[in-house]
Amino acid sequence: MTTKSGTQKVEAPPALTEIRWHGRGGQGAVTAAKLVAELALGQGKFFQAFPEYGPERSGAPIVAFTRVSDAPIQVYSGVEHPQIVVVLDPSLLSIVNVTAGAPDDAIVLVNSEMSPAELRRHYGLEGFAYYTVAATRIAVETIKRPIPNTPMVGALTRITGLFPIDDVVAFLREDFGKKFPPKVVEGNIAAITRSYEEVQAE
Amino acid sequence: MAVTQPEILAVTGNEAVAEAMGQIDPDVVCAYPITPQTEVVQLYAQMVADGRVSTEFVTVESEHSAMSAVIGSAAGGARTMTATSSQGFALMWEVLFVAASYRLPVVMTTVNRALSGPINIHCDHSDTMGGRDTGWIQLYGENHQEAYDNCIQGVRIAEHMDVRLPVMHMYDGYVISGAIGPLQMLTKEQVQAFVGPYRAVNPMLDTKNPVTVGPFDGLHGWYFEHKVAQNRAMDRAFKVIQDAADEYAELSGRRYGLLDPYRLDDAEIAIVVVGSTAGTTRMIVDKLRDRGVKAGMVRVRVFRPFPHEEFAQALQHVKVVGVMDRADSFGAQGGPVFMEIRSALYDCDPRPQVLPFIYGLGGRDIFPDNIEQAFAELEEAARSKGRASTGRRYLNLRKD
Repeated sequence: MTTKSGTQKVEAPPALTEIRWHGRGGQGAVTAAKLVAELALGQGKFFQAFPEYGPERSGAPIVAFTRVSDAPIQVYSGVEHPQIVVVLDPSLLSIVNVTAGAPDDAIVLVNSEMSPAELRRHYGLEGFAYYTVAATRIAVETIKRPIPNTPMVGALTRITGLFPIDDVVAFLREDFGKKFPPKVVEGNIAAITRSYEEVQAE
Repeated sequence: MAVTQPEILAVTGNEAVAEAMGQIDPDVVCAYPITPQTEVVQLYAQMVADGRVSTEFVTVESEHSAMSAVIGSAAGGARTMTATSSQGFALMWEVLFVAASYRLPVVMTTVNRALSGPINIHCDHSDTMGGRDTGWIQLYGENHQEAYDNCIQGVRIAEHMDVRLPVMHMYDGYVISGAIGPLQMLTKEQVQAFVGPYRAVNPMLDTKNPVTVGPFDGLHGWYFEHKVAQNRAMDRAFKVIQDAADEYAELSGRRYGLLDPYRLDDAEIAIVVVGSTAGTTRMIVDKLRDRGVKAGMVRVRVFRPFPHEEFAQALQHVKVVGVMDRADSFGAQGGPVFMEIRSALYDCDPRPQVLPFIYGLGGRDIFPDNIEQAFAELEEAARSKGRASTGRRYLNLRKD
């Protein structure tokens, strides 16, 4: 069955989750894609994360992918039929077909101040299940920088149930704790937990 | 033998290989540290700066100089490694032959990427497939784990007294090199014990036993015999490569062969493929098998020396073989792997049909559907009475 909003639901091994990230250079989409892969590893799952490589220009549209699976992942190609689409910059909605190839029941998470209903009206969006979270504002208020990637992971955690939020927080404390000062670590944890709470469903 | 499994790490392919190099801790690494290099060299330079390894790191002004410095270092008597990719590999060209003909057991990581032009930095196998006649042993890895494992095994193969040839090991640019995937590492002690102490043969720095390296060998010299000796070393390398893999399996629990067959025993159609696309192909083989199609696959792990007898053995019962090349040989009958496989199967009776497929040039993605299309062509050829055309088939090529 094909609808105007999406293509036929594709057969994928039930245990395989495919995520496509749309962002702009500098927003941390690739880092977020990798963070989700590392979280999957922490859950004893198999994982893969990679960007669609191109010129690295700040502000240019970029795409990254994450696969999470209960079984070893053999496929090595870009994600064509993402069950989950994460959009780090709402302005991409008018210039990139972010839901290309996504099945009808795909989840689309957008960084936006709007509610999903407002977002639909504003961009004329049809089909799929939209969620929104004001990730840039949350990032500015918690991390003090307008980088929406970790808040988006917090929202993703809530709507997909891929990982328990407590595990995400524990992972950040452990992993970020090795690389960043405590202030940055706590800022990121606050960003993730806030967006976990504030993400809006339809 | 029971092997306790180490923890799984999430790393890029380049990080995996840099870690392998760090555990090998060679005496010298000579490398060109900027574009078109890969992250491997940058990560290794960091390890040197952090004092994690005892390697002398020699930066040079070009890849040609990198390979020249590698040759000097190895001829001097040091265990020497380097890494390269794409245009850098191409610039090393003339000196690659020198390293092989001096029988220097160097190990070089090469991240497979396209050659210009048009300018393109993405994955294909044009760089090292073009270097297949330089006299180096070539191992092609499939994923992060094998990139790490091949790097370590490469040292044993190169330095074996029956071989003494340089080894290049490859993995797919970006698809593996820049992607995050799982890796299980050995300990540094295990790796050190596996590679063993370095044994220099006729080192130039042994001043009590002076030797000449690289003299002129004119019309009445021994150039011809020298080349035959190189080829004999290639023949002996088959056993050395397999022995190294078997010994490594005891250490790691991971088994490697000269080639890597999958569901091939009763296959009527099969695909031959190199690198990361093997994973995607295996998935399609499973899907076709579920539908009752007798599909199989074999991955090329060792391309030089080319295990033609093993391939003939593995594929002789297959009706139609599709060979997927991620490099082309312009004006030839097909890509480099196609020509090897077709030649290897020539003496089989009945002789399988072998069809050439070209895919993924310049990083063009290869989707599961594209591989399914290739199998569909093989199925059709297997059903038809006559022999199919051996013209190139292109996968995921845009229409004009």
